[in-house]
Amino acid sequence: MKLFVSEGTPGSLPVLAAAERARGRAELLVSTVGPEECVVPFLTQPKVPVLQLDSGNYLFSTSAICRYFFLLSGWEQDDLTNQWLEWEATELQPALSAALYYLVVQGKKGEEVLGPVRRALTHIDHSLSRQNCPFLAGETESLTDIVLWGALYPLLQDPAYLPEELSALRSWFQTLSTQEPCQQAAETVLKQQGVLAFRPYLQKQPQPSPPEGKPITNEPEEEELATLSEEEIAMAVAAWEKGLDSLPPLRPQQNPVLPVDGERNVLITSALPYVNNVPHLGNIIGCVLSADVFARYSRLRQWNTLYLCGTDEYGTATETKAMEEGLSPQEICDKYHTIHADIYRWFNISFDIFGRTTTPQQTKITQDIFQRLLARGFVLQDTVEQLRCERCARFLADRFVEGVCPFCRYEEARGDQCDKCGKLINAIELKKPQCKLCRSCPVVKSSRHLFLDLPKLEKRVEEWLGKSLPGSDWTPNARFITRSWLRDGLKPRCITRDLKWGTPVPLEGFEDKVFYVWFDATIGYLSITANYTDQWERWWKNPEQVDLYQFMAKDNVPFHGIVFPCSVLGAEDNYTLVSHLIATEYLNYEDGKFSKSRGVGVFGDMAQDTGIPADIWRFYLLYIRPEGQDSAFSWMDMLLKNNSELLNNLGNFINRAGMFVSKFFGGCVPEMVLTSDDQRLVAHVTLELRHYHQLLEKVRIRDALRSILTISRHGNQYIQVNEPWKQIKGSEADRQRAGTVTGLAVNIAALLSIMLQPYMPMVSATIQAQLQLPPPACSILPTDFLCTLSAGHRIGIVSPLFQKLENDQIENLRQRFGGGQLEESFKLKAKAAPKPAAEEAVPTARPQQIQALMDAVTKQGNIVRELKAQKADKNQIAAEVAKLLDLKKHLALAEGKPLETPKGKKKK
Amino acid sequence: MAAAAELTLLEKSLGLSKGNKYSAQGERQIPVLQTNNGPSLTGLTTIAAHLVKQANKEYLLGNTAEEKAIVQQWLEYRVTQVDGHTNKEDIHILLKDLNSYLEDKVYLTGYNFTLADILLYYGLHRFIVDLTVQEKEKYLNVSRWFCHIQHYPGIRQHLSSVVFIKNRLYTNSH
Repeated sequence: MKLFVSEGTPGSLPVLAAAERARGRAELLVSTVGPEECVVPFLTQPKVPVLQLDSGNYLFSTSAICRYFFLLSGWEQDDLTNQWLEWEATELQPALSAALYYLVVQGKKGEEVLGPVRRALTHIDHSLSRQNCPFLAGETESLTDIVLWGALYPLLQDPAYLPEELSALRSWFQTLSTQEPCQQAAETVLKQQGVLAFRPYLQKQPQPSPPEGKPITNEPEEEELATLSEEEIAMAVAAWEKGLDSLPPLRPQQNPVLPVDGERNVLITSALPYVNNVPHLGNIIGCVLSADVFARYSRLRQWNTLYLCGTDEYGTATETKAMEEGLSPQEICDKYHTIHADIYRWFNISFDIFGRTTTPQQTKITQDIFQRLLARGFVLQDTVEQLRCERCARFLADRFVEGVCPFCRYEEARGDQCDKCGKLINAIELKKPQCKLCRSCPVVKSSRHLFLDLPKLEKRVEEWLGKSLPGSDWTPNARFITRSWLRDGLKPRCITRDLKWGTPVPLEGFEDKVFYVWFDATIGYLSITANYTDQWERWWKNPEQVDLYQFMAKDNVPFHGIVFPCSVLGAEDNYTLVSHLIATEYLNYEDGKFSKSRGVGVFGDMAQDTGIPADIWRFYLLYIRPEGQDSAFSWMDMLLKNNSELLNNLGNFINRAGMFVSKFFGGCVPEMVLTSDDQRLVAHVTLELRHYHQLLEKVRIRDALRSILTISRHGNQYIQVNEPWKQIKGSEADRQRAGTVTGLAVNIAALLSIMLQPYMPMVSATIQAQLQLPPPACSILPTDFLCTLSAGHRIGIVSPLFQKLENDQIENLRQRFGGGQLEESFKLKAKAAPKPAAEEAVPTARPQQIQALMDAVTKQGNIVRELKAQKADKNQIAAEVAKLLDLKKHLALAEGKPLETPKGKKKK
Repeated sequence: MAAAAELTLLEKSLGLSKGNKYSAQGERQIPVLQTNNGPSLTGLTTIAAHLVKQANKEYLLGNTAEEKAIVQQWLEYRVTQVDGHTNKEDIHILLKDLNSYLEDKVYLTGYNFTLADILLYYGLHRFIVDLTVQEKEKYLNVSRWFCHIQHYPGIRQHLSSVVFIKNRLYTNSH
């Protein structure tokens, strides 16, 4: 037989590595051909590698060739291998070819490359860590390992694309890569050029359609029942039988909560919401709700937990809002602080403290940190060119300037940061700046300011990260953003502002200035704690004993991962630094962004008016938590998830379990005599519970929710198969069987009520009341599935937990809160853009923008055609035509110099 | 045809009496089978191969190493190429390739009927029903193979029988 391979084609890797297996069993000629050569006569597209068999047949599928080599060596096919290879062909390959194309052909980097494959990589990692074997099919390498290794090698051979947190995948990949056949294959194919070896081949491939655009789902991805050993089952059953007695004693509640020697002390913060805005659902899931789940979980584990948050109240935005509403800044803060507090109370956020930054403690601590930095030479003075709006007669705070981002040319960059590329900006670097209030062009004026000398602190922060990052649970995006900041080098950052509403600067010559909010907002965590207890330093100057978890959306990572650590490292006062930085991606609303000004999306205060209970909101937001990638809130999806997961799965199971106890056994939990099937179920539930713990310990909140739903699905199946409602009418043995099934089911329901507590506290409490769960069991979540409701336990009154959401109800809400606002946003942009822009240098538009405009033009065109066809009102048609013309103008503008845009980018 | 429906067809054609229940996963509605003893199986061809073994008809997966690899190759082709493409042009390239491949073959592996024939038949059905008489004649070998499989006992079931004309109408095109 003859094997045709080609240098620089990814498929050659696994094939060459697998060829080893066939050695000595058949004569194999290897022939190198060009990647364009049509070896297989019946295929239109060139395809390598190809194996020509002695019979004259061709194998043109990479996996099939590898499979053939393995078959020759006497290996037998099995279901698991088939499943892996099918997954490789249908899921992994499309994602990988997109990632490789972005990396090699388009020169993209980081998350843009990793994004499409992350889910697949995680899938492999989970499978490896779940079965606890070095290889995918057990103790030795098999066909699956070779095929997957070969597919992944081009990307993962660059350590930058082998995520640290996927440790099982990492060690699997590294083990394989060092094995002789794989190593040789890699050398032959890559010729030591790294991933660039694939460039000539990939360039000729059509651009793969990105696997994006799929809504992120939390569908049960892998509910395969793991195979359990007799030993595991025996251990699970032993733990089950011990029951409540094996629970540790309940920790006494202390007030205030302070770190305790020899215990795990968990300090949790959620990014401080800015006071002058009502938070939207994205803000809520991004920090407070995510942190709440973790805090509740942490308490269930009996870890000593303090969860704090508060409103960030200083800054120009507050001043402006005060002017608008005719109140003093303090009054504005008081008013909005209450609004925030009410919203979070409604969402049942379990803060130990919800404070604010406008307190004397804030001034004291901020000034102290500043003085220490000053004394140690980490503060610089410089004259700053600042934007001043002559029409409004004031210096413009960063967020009151908008313009074109100097880095990525995004048109609506704010004065402090670009929403598109995430880079921080100095307001005067903005191109075409505009005062956000009056839209006039501000002028540059100079003023003395203080700077934090970040370059001097860079080494310390790098050292600290080098020690703390490995083995911690920083989310991948947080790691990536922090690393790229350090890679680009730190620059001094201004920490003062010409404002009144802020923390005063304790330095001569700066009496009329205050600290810039980003410098003192993160100090808010400390001052809020200080307002809670005068022993705040036991939390914040205690890095040995305290585990600090900080929750935020990804735009906040630089401040928490770099800038604040620099401040406190420079202050040299043994401050507690963040151990785990947990950043979410963005949550979108339906198809667009949340926007207060456009009235799009659901805001915290409105959620209450929808008639949908807080726990349902919590459930759905956590179910779509933007963990790993952006996700979108969708009304229809919320209806679906409520009706399928909550009503039909979880609610149905818990209700049935309880009803059987009430109806068939007079409200008392019956005797349970576990058969081997039941024991197996106990072991499966235990396993899933362990998985839930593993995930939440790593703060994978969305994934852990899935474990709850999986257990309840097992429970439903168990009831369905065993039919206690029939058994109860049968013989004595049948009745006993019905008792066992009911008893086990109601105990699973009890377990679910505890696991559910971090996610849906009210529902959890309702279930526990219905089942009359004994108090210690309500507050502790053990690692084993215990029999908490023993025979004879009397339960309370059982009633349904969830309401069905109806289509028209949801449709009404969807219309009320808006959605699909594409035209709207273009209109706004059109208004904002000053006329002369058309004559000046054309703002460079990215292809996506052009595409979006084109789509909008098509859509608007259709609207106009339809109206005309319906012979609609003339004015109406005219209005729509005007919109269309406007869009076309924008499109023309965006396409103005279509050739220059991509070139300019490449040169960079 | 939804994957679950297709697997039910396959069960019947294999003579498996007790029907399995399938759930569907994700956007592409990948079928999942929960087996009685052991983990669940995911994926159309994976489950199909499992059913074949359940029915004690392993010969449908190929007899020799070569046949086994070829069967799996075409099963992969089925889920990546046939299912992956909806645009007409791609389908025509696919039919052209297949036509050329089948020129000297009765079945996909050569002389033995296998699972690959069954699943490719199910997968292509929706395209073949829409072909014009001229196209069917253009892909003559595909037509011959397809017609053969649809008359194979127990395979077609409720699927519509596609009519092929035996005499050529467009002789110039060949």
